[in-house]
Amino acid sequence: MPVLWLILIVLALAVAGFIAGRLRVTSAGAERPHSLPNYYGWNVAMKVMAPAFLALVVWLLVQPMLVDRQVTAGLGEGAVPEGSTLGLVMSDVRRVAGGLDTAVSRGLITAGDADAMSAADSDVRSLLGEAGVALGSDVSPEVLEAAQDYRAMNSAGNFWRSAVVILLAVGGLVWGVAQSNRDFRARNAVETGIRMILLAAASIAILTTIGIVLSLVGNTWNFFQVYPASKFFGSFTWSPSFGGGSELGIWPLLWGTLYISFIALVVAVPIGLFAAVYLSEYAGPKMRAWAKPLLEVLAGIPTIVYGLFALLTVGPLLLTVFGRDGLGWMQAGTAVMTAGLVMGIMLIPFVSSLSDDIINAVPQSLRDGSYGLGATQSETIKQVILPAALPGIVGAVLLAASRAIGETMIVVFGAGAAARLSLNPFDAMTTVTAKIVSQLTGDADFASPEALVAFALGMTLFIITLGLNVFALYIVRKYREQYE
Amino acid sequence: MTDATSQGAARPRTSLTAADKRTQRRNAAEKRFRLYGLAAIGAGMFFLVVLLSSIIGNGIGAFQQTFIEVPVYLDPAKLDKNGNRDPAEMAKVSTFGYNPLIQDSLYQLVQDKGIATEYEDGGDMKALISASAAAQLRDRVLANPDLVGETVEFEILAASRVDGYLKDRVTRDSITEDKNIDAGHLDLVDALLEDGTVHKSFNLAFITGSDASESRPEQAGLGVSMLGSLFMMLVVLFLALPIGVAASIYLEEFAPQNKFTDFIEVNISNLAAVPSIVFGILGLAAFIQFAHLPQSAPLVGGLTLTLMTLPTIVISTRASLKAVPPSIRDAALGVGASKMQSVFHHVLPLAMPGILTGTIIGLAQALGETAPLLLIGMVGYIATNYPDGIISGFMSPNSAMPAQIYEWAKRADPAYYERAWGGIIILLVFLLVMNVIAIVLRRKFERRW
Repeated sequence: MPVLWLILIVLALAVAGFIAGRLRVTSAGAERPHSLPNYYGWNVAMKVMAPAFLALVVWLLVQPMLVDRQVTAGLGEGAVPEGSTLGLVMSDVRRVAGGLDTAVSRGLITAGDADAMSAADSDVRSLLGEAGVALGSDVSPEVLEAAQDYRAMNSAGNFWRSAVVILLAVGGLVWGVAQSNRDFRARNAVETGIRMILLAAASIAILTTIGIVLSLVGNTWNFFQVYPASKFFGSFTWSPSFGGGSELGIWPLLWGTLYISFIALVVAVPIGLFAAVYLSEYAGPKMRAWAKPLLEVLAGIPTIVYGLFALLTVGPLLLTVFGRDGLGWMQAGTAVMTAGLVMGIMLIPFVSSLSDDIINAVPQSLRDGSYGLGATQSETIKQVILPAALPGIVGAVLLAASRAIGETMIVVFGAGAAARLSLNPFDAMTTVTAKIVSQLTGDADFASPEALVAFALGMTLFIITLGLNVFALYIVRKYREQYE
Repeated sequence: MTDATSQGAARPRTSLTAADKRTQRRNAAEKRFRLYGLAAIGAGMFFLVVLLSSIIGNGIGAFQQTFIEVPVYLDPAKLDKNGNRDPAEMAKVSTFGYNPLIQDSLYQLVQDKGIATEYEDGGDMKALISASAAAQLRDRVLANPDLVGETVEFEILAASRVDGYLKDRVTRDSITEDKNIDAGHLDLVDALLEDGTVHKSFNLAFITGSDASESRPEQAGLGVSMLGSLFMMLVVLFLALPIGVAASIYLEEFAPQNKFTDFIEVNISNLAAVPSIVFGILGLAAFIQFAHLPQSAPLVGGLTLTLMTLPTIVISTRASLKAVPPSIRDAALGVGASKMQSVFHHVLPLAMPGILTGTIIGLAQALGETAPLLLIGMVGYIATNYPDGIISGFMSPNSAMPAQIYEWAKRADPAYYERAWGGIIILLVFLLVMNVIAIVLRRKFERRW
């Protein structure tokens, strides 16, 4: 039974349960029930849906894993031909099984034929071709057998799935309806249920973090199985080649990342900070009203736009000044300077709005005290406000740094593709994020170190940005406590 | 006293009306400092203006396209040999059968107008015509077989170099090494331009059309990937809004002060700062590697973007829940509502404008996000076909607006660069509209307690 039907059946049972539960308390007697009638209905509907859907979700997640494991175990050693991997064979098995399903549903063969078919006496490949599944090579007997096993296990699994889910739903219905009498505190039951749902929604944040950590750690572990960690952290060259024999040292990428981020901060911090100071200390309400939103437009522009801006506007512009026709420092439009400059522009509103908040949080009494001693406005800012706001500003700069390190599109377009350790800001360099993109896009299989290295890079990136964020939030929080 | 007066005599005389050197210096420093601030804001504005003018200047051309108006004689001897106008039979004539028709018609037109040219037949003029023209003519004929035998006015899409010539992207100097087009072709274009056969007009196909292969930038459009983005945003809206609101209600109204709640809060604030590319890795590992969902599907993109926008929505929703004064809750509890009723019947409706504003801004952020889409395979896929239904809209491979722009920018062809800038204009228009809606919502419904 398809999942959609199963869901519809459970929903129908829930509606029936809602009506039944409601009717049972409203139908007879003059005595008022504990809760409003709808709560009795919801109580039953909840008891129908919650266990059934929970079971369905768990089943949908677990069954493919179990079936895969069983079939993989059944394949044995001999089924994997030379030059192939178990993963590729398994994907063949899945395709054959899927093709058989399509063939049966189109009426090309009967379900019995599909189970009894053997590779020796029927042309499976042409049959599947007819069903719209193109295979690269003939189907080996082992694969066909595994595919038949796969189908058998899946159909058994699907049968039990439907049975268990419907049974749970009916059980919930019976239980809920039996509960529905006047003394039952239906509102409390429903509200506990809603609370559970709210808690589950809040826990998705934790699940996401766990998901990120698991997907990074698992694949990074796989990477270190095929490529030594000592070389990853110890080598100063980055030269991946998908043919094998690649050298995957992280340092050139880290250097490029940090260099570009540094230039971005050199651009963004002074401009952002001075803009924030001016807006919060000097500007009148009118100027604030238009200058602040306009600056923040820069923050709302997607990074792909900045990427294109770097590639097609800033790069060529820098090239005319510093390139061969000008000063001769720059070889091509893509360079650390290009990416850093554009990233700096992107970060200006980030720095300025964070600093603005922090400067505004400095108590007015500090300013008044300083003015009372005869200081000018700029002296007050330089000697009183900025020192008082310093921890917060440092936090803002760290957050901006973490943003710069994790930025992808600008460096993909603006920084170039060559990984090198160089001091010249007009050289093309590359970054961790750009290399994650280039190693994972395309049809690389996830077993080669050249693809897996992206996860190790992602892990490094995650740890660096997480560290910066935690540190920055700690500083900001600590500072906030001073004035509250 | 005498000591004091002798010291006083040594001190220079100062005036309250004329500033002394030190005061002048301090005032100058004050002025300078102010100027730095103004310069910083000016720099920000300058960058904004440069960015916007470079987008509009480079991209506006994509909304215009060059067409050649040619009367094409649809020769029955070539298109429908049996003469029974059966579309199934006529479909056997491929686009190769239509190419000569168009080329010869163009040649005929040039001859009729008496334009002197060095070219001797239609084949030499194919540099003017887009490679997609034949397919368009074929579609039109198959849709209406009775056209065969007649002469129809046909607006042929001009080749991208001709288009570029009209938009000053291609010049006579730049084509000296170009094998695809000669100076003679450009002379011809000049002549045809003069009598209006070649003209630029609004390019609807850019907004509604589908992506084209690398060699036909004149045909590429953003329509299909716009749909991909739409399906992704639907997923984000229907998952992120309810989950985000539920999570915020729990954290703001019900969560007990304990370690677990703290842990959730720390997680949310950290997730808000995780680089978007890491969410791409998560989407790749969780949805494609582990759950075997189809690559490049808007569903996967939507799920990934949902996880990415959730923290944003939670943070803004909590702020608007916090803004509802406690007296509302107290009043509801006072007349006998349960805690749950007070939240769902009173607090939530009052916080709704703020929640919607935050959600729209989160959606706008998700709409422009590119990096995660690169990893789940929404680039490299050429989105040439519209999805044929709701389910295939979610499940079958598609591109998305920013991914399409990325793809065009990667093709390293000035004609595609123009498309990419044009795509950015469309994307920014969407973002602008979303933000304006958010601002209007906030202005209209914002309540000051």
